[in-house]
Formats: sequence, structure tokens, C-alpha cells
Amino acid sequence: MGSIREKGRDAGESRRQKELDAESRGQSASPARLPDFRNMGVWLRILLAVNLGALAAALARNRELAQLPREFAELAAFVEPVVLGSLTLLGAAQRRLERLAPPAAMVAVVVAAMAVAQFFGLLFAPMFESAAGLWRPALWAALAAGLLLAWFDLRWRAHSPAVTEARLMALTARIRPHFFFNSLNAVLGVIRSDPRRAEAALEELSDLFRVLMRDSRELVPLSEEIALARQYLELEKLRLGDRLRIRWDIESCPPDALVPPLMLQPLLENAVYHGIERLESPGEIAIRVSRQGDRVAFELTNPYAPGSTHQAGNRMALANIRERLMLFFDLEAQLETAERAGFYVVSIAFPYRRGGKP
Amino acid sequence: MSAALRVLLVDDEAPARTRLRDLLSDLAGELPSRIVGEAADGVEALERQAADPADVVLVDIRMPRMDGIELAQHLARLPQPPAVVFVTAYDQYAVKAFELAAIDYLLKPVKAARLAEALKKARRLAPDAPALRQLAPQGRRHLRSLERGKMLLVPVADVLYFKAELKYVTARTKEREYVLEESLAQLEEEYVARFMRIHRNCIVARDAIAGVAREKDAADAEGEPHWMLLLHGVAERLQVSRRQWPQVKELLGV
Repeated sequence: MGSIREKGRDAGESRRQKELDAESRGQSASPARLPDFRNMGVWLRILLAVNLGALAAALARNRELAQLPREFAELAAFVEPVVLGSLTLLGAAQRRLERLAPPAAMVAVVVAAMAVAQFFGLLFAPMFESAAGLWRPALWAALAAGLLLAWFDLRWRAHSPAVTEARLMALTARIRPHFFFNSLNAVLGVIRSDPRRAEAALEELSDLFRVLMRDSRELVPLSEEIALARQYLELEKLRLGDRLRIRWDIESCPPDALVPPLMLQPLLENAVYHGIERLESPGEIAIRVSRQGDRVAFELTNPYAPGSTHQAGNRMALANIRERLMLFFDLEAQLETAERAGFYVVSIAFPYRRGGKP
Repeated sequence: MSAALRVLLVDDEAPARTRLRDLLSDLAGELPSRIVGEAADGVEALERQAADPADVVLVDIRMPRMDGIELAQHLARLPQPPAVVFVTAYDQYAVKAFELAAIDYLLKPVKAARLAEALKKARRLAPDAPALRQLAPQGRRHLRSLERGKMLLVPVADVLYFKAELKYVTARTKEREYVLEESLAQLEEEYVARFMRIHRNCIVARDAIAGVAREKDAADAEGEPHWMLLLHGVAERLQVSRRQWPQVKELLGV
């Protein structure tokens, strides 16, 4: 008995391992995937789709346009609590759902939606005279949930795995050749007068390149990003000396928050390239990271020279980071830029997800 | 044997200047040289060159205040222009432009052999003004003005108008007037996007124009009234010639 159980577990584990391998190779064999019900973007999309469906149903039922608003309002009044209730329930159960085999999870989602719809159906029943079709809410909910799951699956397939991975690979921030060659030139400049400084700089450069050449398809802890940013800034200090000043304000920063790899360094590189390098007097780059509830707020401020026009590279780097944030966090991350009295500010807000996944 | 080459080093990064210094001293046997000055930007370089002229100037491109291309444009206008060799880390557009204009340049990190080669032909291959104009289509950002032997730099962004006097051209800013060694026709061509001609002797910054007024010449009460241009920031009025009036009218939409 025991040995059979063992075997069963082994088989399960090896299957899981295979899935993981397949996923990491970018050829996931898993048949379908659950949407993340805790994600705002998913909520918005579902609400929009269901309301469009309700509108279509109201249109189909009515020949007269005058009746439409009332009909739609009635439908919406019923549909909204069902959708929000289902999503709350599913969001709370997300981790349990993820532990189920995909087909079972899909069935569970459909059943949950049916149950919530039926509950509200019974609750609202006294308000509607038509007692006919006691099971109608549940059936509609099953249909809607099934369609939505199919849509999310399709969307996920369109974005991944190969497509998303290819996009992430292509989007991996590339270092400016300008920085690389200038740094090497600076190392050569100090190699005779200060060999130890040159040694340290070469070590930093090699660390930086190790990260840059790494596969960057997974989120990394913020602490790693900050360490990398410090190394990068050390190298820039070698070149720019006193012209570059840094202020870190990261006391309330959650070091275990997960972020897209190489999010910080390209932003700092922009701040140096478009800001500090073009100023005749020393300038300060200020970096602030703080936790705000279940979100992380990041802000980078740098002075810039009036009339500096070479902003194309800056926009490209920002678009790159924005797209990677979207691929990792969907609609839950925001990146904004502002120009305030000679200062350029980049702010990013994203959900606080901890390292060490479930 | 020729005298040591007089070299001016211009780079905003101290280690980059150190590197050039090291290489020049390595090359001393083969190519005697003397560093007559170092500067961290274009403005400082112009001052250095005026104080102690060099034969060759090694110029970084990206620098604050005044970049390398503009510095080269000013150097090319000096009575005895030095040779200029650009030094750049990586700038594919600049490099392409240099090649098109047959201007010599060095890539960072700089190599001794390549530096020697550039210095040997530098004297023969000083970039000329038209070639430099191609590199900076938006024109110089500063103009040089000599005042009692002292060099002043006038930011073009501050200039309200240029006016040709009998023997020279003046530039008017909000604060004062500067005498330039330039020709009005060349200034008009260089800054065609920002200045417009309003008279045979005057070009005005488009964004300095506040409006127009019609008034009679004080000396000639009988004559036709003229259109006078009003400017932001200064009280003076400038006469618009009959020939330029249609263009001014179009700009103002009156």
C-alpha cells in the first residue's frame, strides 16, 4: 500500500517538475490557465465584458429603444452584485484554486459563479414577479463564466508563453554603449594613478554585465535591484566625480518586494545621461522607495539642464520599462513622469508582491 | 626637427583627460608634444585657447555648457584656427557625420597608436566651417564677442535681434548690446528657423516680437508713416521695411 502511495506521489511530483521545466523553457504544456482574480485589470475586463453582455441581452429582448435604459438598468442591478460577489470569492480562493488541476479549477470557478448567481437570484426573487425559471441566473452565470474563462485563456495564449517571453527578451533593458565605453576609458584613465580604484571598477562592471546578460524573465527582489543600482552609480562616480550626488531614501522600502529585473538601472542611467552629464554644476539624484499599504511607491528625481533636447532615448527607455511593468503586473502598475521647475521626476507604483512564491 | 606639438585637452571627465595625458607622454619619443592646457567644457576651452593657443585641440563631444561641436565651430573662426580632433565614446550619428564630412575622430577608449596617427595628420586636416555646419544644423548656441580684448559669450537664446551697423553687427539682449565679428547674412542663414528679416539691416527673433505700430518718422513729418516692430522686454522699436512687411504681417496675422 505504502509503496503504491509513494509511487503515486512521485509520479505527481515528476509531472509537476515536467510542467515547471516546460514552463521555464517557454513551451508550457499546461492545457489552460486561470486568470488572477486578485488583479484589478482582470476585474475591470470581466466587469466590462459582463456589462457589454447585459447590454446585448437588453438589446435582444427589446424592440423599442425607449425601453432599453430601464431594461439595462434592471439587468445591471442584478448582474453587478453577482460579478463582484463572484470575483471577491474567487480572489479569496485564488491560492486554493491554483493548487487544483486546471480542469478542476475551471469547473470550480464555473460552479462558484453559478452559486453566487443563484444566491442573488433567490435574494432578489421577491422583487421580480416572474417566478419562471428558477435556475436561470445559475445557467446564465455558467455560460458567462465559461465564455470569460475561454477568453482569458485565449488572451493568455496570445501573450504567452513564447510571445511574452520573446517580448520580455527583446525588452530586456540594454545598456548604453556610451556608458560602457566611457567607463572603460575612465578605468584606463585611473589605472596608473589608482590601480585599486581601477580594480574595483572592473569588478563592478563585470557584476553589472552579469546581470545584464542574465535571463530576465522573472521578477527579482527589490533589494537586488538596489544593490545593482549602487554598483552602477559607483561606476558613474568614477567618471563624473563630485558632479554626481546621490540621495537614497529607502528606510521604509520593502526589500523583498518583487520587481521586474533591471527596472532601476536604466532609469538611473537616464538621469545621469540626460541630467547630470549636461549640467555644469553638481547635481543630485534622489531615489525614494516606500511601501504604501499593499503597494510600493518608487520615485526618482533628477535635475536637468534647461533646453536639453535629446529626449528620444529617455522616452524609449521609459516605454520599455512601462511595457515590462505591464507584462508583469498588468494594469496594476503605473509609471508617470513629470517636469517640475528644472527637475525631472519618474514615479512608479506597483503591487507589493513578496519574494518566495507560494 | 619640428617644435613640440602644443595640445589642449578638452573633456568634462577628469579620468578621460588623465588617459590622454598618459598616452601623450607615452608617445613623447615618437611625437614630441606639450600640453598647454586642459578644460572641462567648451567655454573654458575657448578661454584657454585665447590665453595660450594650442596647435591641436582634442575635443570630447558631450559636455555641459558648450559641447565639442560648437567649440570646434568657434575655434574654426579664430584668426589662427587650431586643428581639432574629436574624441567620442559612442555616438553613431556623430561618427557617421564625421565620416561624411571627412573629419578625423578618435573613439574612446583611446589607443596610443590611433592617437599618434591622428595628431600627425591633424595639422593638415583641420575641419572647416562648412563641414562643421553640417554637424550642427541648429547653429551655434553662443556667439563670441570681443570687448577690449576680453572674450564674452552671448547665448543666442537671449538675443532679441541682430542689427548691422556701419562696420559691424550688434546683438541686442534684454540687458545690453554686444559687438560681434559676424555678417548679418551668415547669421540669418545659420538661424533661419528662429530669426526673421524685418529690414535690410536687421533680423529679429520671432518669439521676441510683441506687435506692430504705425508711426511717422520724427525727422520727416511729411513722409509716409512706417510700421514699427514692438519687442518683448525692451522699449525700443524697430523699423520694418516695406519689402519685409508682407512676411511680418503674415507672422503676426494682422
